[in-house]
Amino acid sequence: MTEAIAAEGLVKRFGKVTALDGLDLRVRTGEVHGFLGPNGAGKTTAIRILLGLMRRDGGSVRLLDGDPWAEATRLHKRLAYVPGDVTFWPTLTGGEVIDLLGRLRGGLDPRRRDDLIERFQLDPRKKGRTYSKGNRQKVALIAALASDVELLLLDEPTSGLDPLMEEVFREVIQQEKSRGDRTVLLSSHILAEVEALCDRLTIIRDGRSVETGTLDDLRHLTRTTIRAELTGPIDGLGTISGVHDLTTADGRVAFDVDADALEPALRTLVTAGVRSLVSQPPSLEELFLRHYTGSER
Amino acid sequence: MTGTGSLLRLILRRDRVVLPLWVLLLGLLPQVYLASFQSVFATDADRLEYARVSASNAGFAGLYGRLSGDSLGELVVWRAGFVPVMIGLAALLTVIRHTRAEEEAGRSDLIRATVVGRWAQPAAALLATTLGCLVLGLIVTASMIVAGEPAEGSVAFGALFTLSGWLFAGVAAIAAQLTSGARGARMIAVLVLGVSYVLRVGGDISAVGDGRLDWLAWLSPLGWVQKISPYGADDWAPAALALLAVVVTVAVGGHLLTRRDLAAGLLAARPGPPRAGAGLSSPLGLAWRLHRGLLAGWVAGFAALGLVFGGVGTSMAQIAEDSRSVSDVFNKLGGAGTVTDAYFATTAGICGLVVSIYAIQAALRIRDEEQNGHAELVLSAAVGRASWAAGHLLFALLGPAVAMVAEGALAGATFGDVGPVLAASTAQLPAVWVLGAVAVLLIGVLPRFSAAAWGAVAVCLLLLLVGPLLELPRWVLDASPFTHVPQLPAASFTAVPEIVLILIATALAAAGLAGLRRRDVPA
Repeated sequence: MTEAIAAEGLVKRFGKVTALDGLDLRVRTGEVHGFLGPNGAGKTTAIRILLGLMRRDGGSVRLLDGDPWAEATRLHKRLAYVPGDVTFWPTLTGGEVIDLLGRLRGGLDPRRRDDLIERFQLDPRKKGRTYSKGNRQKVALIAALASDVELLLLDEPTSGLDPLMEEVFREVIQQEKSRGDRTVLLSSHILAEVEALCDRLTIIRDGRSVETGTLDDLRHLTRTTIRAELTGPIDGLGTISGVHDLTTADGRVAFDVDADALEPALRTLVTAGVRSLVSQPPSLEELFLRHYTGSER
Repeated sequence: MTGTGSLLRLILRRDRVVLPLWVLLLGLLPQVYLASFQSVFATDADRLEYARVSASNAGFAGLYGRLSGDSLGELVVWRAGFVPVMIGLAALLTVIRHTRAEEEAGRSDLIRATVVGRWAQPAAALLATTLGCLVLGLIVTASMIVAGEPAEGSVAFGALFTLSGWLFAGVAAIAAQLTSGARGARMIAVLVLGVSYVLRVGGDISAVGDGRLDWLAWLSPLGWVQKISPYGADDWAPAALALLAVVVTVAVGGHLLTRRDLAAGLLAARPGPPRAGAGLSSPLGLAWRLHRGLLAGWVAGFAALGLVFGGVGTSMAQIAEDSRSVSDVFNKLGGAGTVTDAYFATTAGICGLVVSIYAIQAALRIRDEEQNGHAELVLSAAVGRASWAAGHLLFALLGPAVAMVAEGALAGATFGDVGPVLAASTAQLPAVWVLGAVAVLLIGVLPRFSAAAWGAVAVCLLLLLVGPLLELPRWVLDASPFTHVPQLPAASFTAVPEIVLILIATALAAAGLAGLRRRDVPA
């Protein structure tokens, strides 16, 4: 399987601050890859290195079939980028910005442009200064999506969009995905969006990738929450390694359990006799919180 | 007005370096002139002769204003005649920086959501600026009195400077209400300042000549403060007029504020084309869109300047015809050339220095684009660093050339002899390019210190204004590229300095571009 992005051990320092500290990121051609991390984790810096805007201090990176720093202009014909917090020239209208960016990338499909303007309900006649954050985001999105490119680099593209427009965004990305030849790197904070769109994801923290894989892969790494009402006394649950935060009261138990300790834990429950049982699969939120909050690593 | 006090403290905190800097520098400038005059004129007779010659020189009248008498105080006031323009500029930039620029950046929303009155922000900005100008005036008054000048004249001199600042703080208070962008507000206020200067120049130059147009100076706020005539008439009536204008402009600004929403301007933004024209498809096409307004403004301004300078040249030629003695004096002073040659050499030098402001302004757009995130967007498309920067660079280099050609051609045409006058103006360009290239070098190599390019113009301006008076050593004067360009048409053309300056400019710009290609964007 070919890879659209292959970064290994990326290091980037700004003076004394280390923004990226050995980041690995592999994105396969044709997939939608989620790129998650708390604020300041280094997502934007990583994307800027992928764009050849910033030079890496260490590690290796290949984008499509070239070096993003040395061959930026050639590679950029084949990609489109949506920055997280985008501003436009105050004197240019949204329509002009869309056309300009499309032409600078080497052309855009006018039918698709008009279709996207319609779907995102954008007024292309307004000047750059007068757009709200959400509308600026739409302009950048339309400019990127209307270009016929292999790779889309989207840095929190839906921040500022209302829920309706977020839905439109998801539909459009789903369509891109079904084409099969477009790769999307989607940095996002909206978990539902990542769950709905992404084939695989990478979580970064403090400039390093802490998890990478499919959503299912990652779920195995986290804990299932179990609540049960028991018919008899229970014994030995607390001694199973992998069972956490156990509480027992009035014949009820609640605990979190690691994936590999699930079976012994359930056996113990069944031995005691189960009246009812609720099992909650790990949500992406929990996955996130585990990596975002500093306490657990 | 609730909260004005704390906002004022915030402004003073944010401007704790810049504000004292311009207040002190501009406030102490008269002392430099005073000291140099005292050292240059050994006897009263020397001073009177200098005053007599200067009073009839239209070029001097244009730059500094009219010399009203021959006392030492009057000479200092006259020599500092350009300082009110600089004070006005500092004042209007300060006011807009803390009003419209804050709104545009979205910080005003945050401030206004707290317990702060509607007028608090403009009131605080105006207070900070007027206080700064007041201190500036007090420095002038106190230092002149200490230096032994008459008290009443010194108070009038201080008032002249203070009122110059106040007047344009008032202008800025109105301009800040009109547009929704700080850039537009700045352009309006600077335009008013420029027109005021040109009107004053026209009036004063006419007063030196036949006097038919000297009422022009009364249309200019800069003309009013000048009519105070410190150490001469000490006339307080124009000061009262200026003070009234300050009150009116501030009141109008305050009233306009109530008629608009936060972040909106009174001049509504019109919708534009939904599609880009064919020209907007390259970095150069984008640069044209971003620079054309600035270019048009500078070319129009310089064209107007050319008409004024050319007209003055004509009347100077007549005066020289009428009075042999004046031209004798000039020949003694300048050495080579006729009266008008020396005059056009001076105006070309002034224009060259002023147009370098444009060169640096246009070059610094590269840095602006980088800082506000636009560059990231353009460079993420199939656009190389060099071609992105080259679009802006083209305007930084050729824009000043167009402005200078417009000035030189119109001045020459009005005067009746295009060739030499146009040549004088275009001969300045290599020096202008060197200053523009300094900005490019900083952007590429020391991006965080890009604004230091303004320092280069300031140094050249100071060397022009005070260099000869202070009798600075040769190597200090040589630091300004403008020292090296041939002073056409008074001197003959020499190609070597021009070629060397062009080579220096090319080397600086190339080093800057090389740095830009190697560094992070944004950095």
